[in-house]
Order: sequence, then structure tokens, then C-alpha cells
Amino acid sequence: MNLGSVLDYLYGLGAILVMVMIFMSLVRALIGPTAPDRIAAISIIGTKTLVIITLIARIYGQLYFLDIAMVYALMSFITTIGVAKYLEKGALD
Amino acid sequence: MEILIDIISIICLIGGLFFLFVGALGLLRLPDVYNRLHATTKCDTLGAGLLLLSLALQSSAAVGVRLGLLIIFILITNPTAAHVIARSAYKTGRRPIVSRGNTDD
Repeated sequence: MNLGSVLDYLYGLGAILVMVMIFMSLVRALIGPTAPDRIAAISIIGTKTLVIITLIARIYGQLYFLDIAMVYALMSFITTIGVAKYLEKGALD
Repeated sequence: MEILIDIISIICLIGGLFFLFVGALGLLRLPDVYNRLHATTKCDTLGAGLLLLSLALQSSAAVGVRLGLLIIFILITNPTAAHVIARSAYKTGRRPIVSRGNTDD
């Protein structure tokens, strides 16, 4: 049993653990008492989803998943900025 | 050399998972919006960066460049998003909680 197979096993285990952390953040997004709590939780879920996409790209050997991860990071960032600006100003202009 | 890179990659993977877990726990347990942002933005940036670094050490040059771009993008955008969230929370009238001996406002 060399270190390469150990690394493949650890990447799969890490993807499952990051999924458990996404559910921990989703609890805060559900019960969060104020709106910025929910926005922060959704932003954190976006970052963790990006990590899961790159881990799946490594596990299955599909390299074009990394481009999808880039687009996902961009859209998560734009969504967070837009919702936070809407909460601050009451309008998106 | 191969074994050394594998060991560094395993260390980065476990460190990244640890920091991501600490960030999620802080988001779940801390009492205030500003405390939660303080816990999660730093831990999430460092944890995701370490995990992507662990993947970049194992891959070829083209994939490594893409993962490096993702790390730089996360390092720029994650603190910016946390700053905008904290500013919107402050502008909409939510003040941070203070300790009992510090109520001079």
C-alpha cells in the first residue's frame, strides 16, 4: 500500500467531510436570526462547494471540472455582493 | 522526492480540512454576526487554499496553473465578500455585542 492509493482514499474521505461541513453551515442558514447571517452562510457554502468540485475533478480525473469551478466561484461572489448591496440600499441601482 | 511531495500533500489536505471544520463550527456556535464573519472568513480562505494547494502538488503543470488561479481568486474575493456583508449589517442598524465592562457608548 503506497502513498498514492492512500491519497486517493483521503481525497474521497475529504469530499465527504466537506459535505458534512456544508450541512453544518446550512443549519446556520436556516436558523440564522438576521439576514446577514444567512448571507454569510450562503457565501461559506459557495466556497465549500468549490472545494468539493475540485476534489471531484481529482477523483474522477475530469479536468474540465476546474473550469466549472472557476465559473462557480465567480457566480457565488457576484451573488453575495448583489444580495448584500440589496440589503444595504434597498434597491439594486 | 515523490514520497516527500505525497507527504506534504497529505499534510496540506489534513490542515485544510481542519481549518474548514473550525470555520463551520465557528459559524454554528458564535453568538453574533460579526463574530461569525470573523471566524469563518479567515478559516475558510486558509482551508480552501490549503486544499487546493494539496491538489496542485499532485497534478500536472496545466492543472496546477488553473488551481493557482483559483487560489488567487479565493484570496481576493472571500475577504471582499465578508467586508461587504459586515458593512451591510452595520448600515442596517445591527451593532456588535460588547462585554459588560465596556458599555460607555
